[in-house]
Amino acid sequence: MSAPVAIAASLREVGFAYGAVKVLAGLDFDVRKGELLACVGPSGCGKSTLLAILGGHLAPTQGELERAGASRTIYQDGGLYPWLTVAENVALGVPRGTPAAERARKVEDWLTTSRLSEFRGYHPHQLSGGMRQRVELGRALVAETDLLLLDEPFSALDYQTRVRMRRELVTTLAARPRTVVLVTHDIEEAVQLADRVVVLGARPASVRRVLDLPPGRRPRGPADPGVAAAEETLLEELGLT
Amino acid sequence: MSPPPSSRAIHRLLPVLLGGLLLAAWWAAWLAGMFPTGTVPAPDEVGRAFVGEVRSGRLGEDIVASLYRVGFGYVGASLTAIPLGLVLGRSAAVRATLLPWINFFRTLSPIAWIPFAIIWFGIGDPPAIFIIFLATFFQLVLATAAAAAAVPKVYYRVAEDLGLRGDEILFEVTLPAILPQLLTALRVAIGVAWMVVVAAEMIAVRSGLGFLIIDARNGLRMDLVVVGMITIGAIGVALDVLFARMAQARSVRWGVER
Repeated sequence: MSAPVAIAASLREVGFAYGAVKVLAGLDFDVRKGELLACVGPSGCGKSTLLAILGGHLAPTQGELERAGASRTIYQDGGLYPWLTVAENVALGVPRGTPAAERARKVEDWLTTSRLSEFRGYHPHQLSGGMRQRVELGRALVAETDLLLLDEPFSALDYQTRVRMRRELVTTLAARPRTVVLVTHDIEEAVQLADRVVVLGARPASVRRVLDLPPGRRPRGPADPGVAAAEETLLEELGLT
Repeated sequence: MSPPPSSRAIHRLLPVLLGGLLLAAWWAAWLAGMFPTGTVPAPDEVGRAFVGEVRSGRLGEDIVASLYRVGFGYVGASLTAIPLGLVLGRSAAVRATLLPWINFFRTLSPIAWIPFAIIWFGIGDPPAIFIIFLATFFQLVLATAAAAAAVPKVYYRVAEDLGLRGDEILFEVTLPAILPQLLTALRVAIGVAWMVVVAAEMIAVRSGLGFLIIDARNGLRMDLVVVGMITIGAIGVALDVLFARMAQARSVRWGVER
């Protein structure tokens, strides 16, 4: 008999509507502790709404969400405060009440790890898209949060930066493990990074399928076992074949 | 990238050169007899009147009196309009209720309030301050409300994630986020306040640059009228430069640069 799986968040028949417009309907799945769960679905199906519910920014209008601990969300672009410098943005992520020396150490650690030390005094608009996402990641990870929510975090980046950022995310999570829910429209990204993929249908979105991906190195390469089949399955589920 | 020093010096010199040209044109037109007698004074008459006003101390007193009234009216309007604008910007219900009335009062010329200002506040500084207050208050409410309503929602979601609450969100998110637009609104408003001071000092006061102009007009002293006009314009430029410098502060420069 296998050991029981620890659950980070549990959705039971969760639905959400903006007034008369139903966005999500009957979502029923678990987010396992320590996994990277990707959510894919058609554009406008409610993926970001799902993330807002998981982050506690919206309350489900139907069903129940059980979630323990705090979460941090990383947005596609524009989640950084433009009036603060790189170091100040990262420092804002350190929990309130942390002693100043400890706060400074955490910020310094992240700036060194993410090769942003020499940009500490820059403002977000002075950075490239990839550097901004590293700052966002730092602000999210300097706190001991349980759940990291990624809302299409790399979609505003060019292809090369996107590939580099996926590698950096994997490396970072290996050093600072978190439960991650990644919302993306990019099937390749989902297959490269995730342990499991939840496929959502058109609005009002419900779960069409939960796909387990084979274990192995991350990000997965196109020739890795199971990758081509998984991409094919996801394309089929989304009606793109 | 900032322009090289030589280019900056030229940029500073150009307005001075234009001023010299305008002065020369004014003098040439006066010498050519283009203005009917008594309608436009000669530049040297204005210069002598200016020196006389400075030496007598009257110009200094008038400047202080006008700055005092503008200062009180403007600061009073800012301190009340910005909080109200923040409430309007953050609440659609309050906005729907108050916005039509704010627009109603905003479009009324402050001069229309002069009779009420005198009846309510009598003579002296208060009615003039009230007029300056009205001229800037409604503008600042609208500008603050528009800026607060435009703060991206994602900033508030991040604030929730970071555990910011109530006052912390106001002081660490909303105010810094609207500061560039707010500073522009304050810069426009100080110009309006300074512009309205002439009308405000037409009523029930016996000092200030506005009073200087009205009093000089009554005495047909056009040289003094021009002294008053040039002083008001020069102080207006100085105030604008002050606000432009504030817009270069690190906490607001991002709003211009990005």
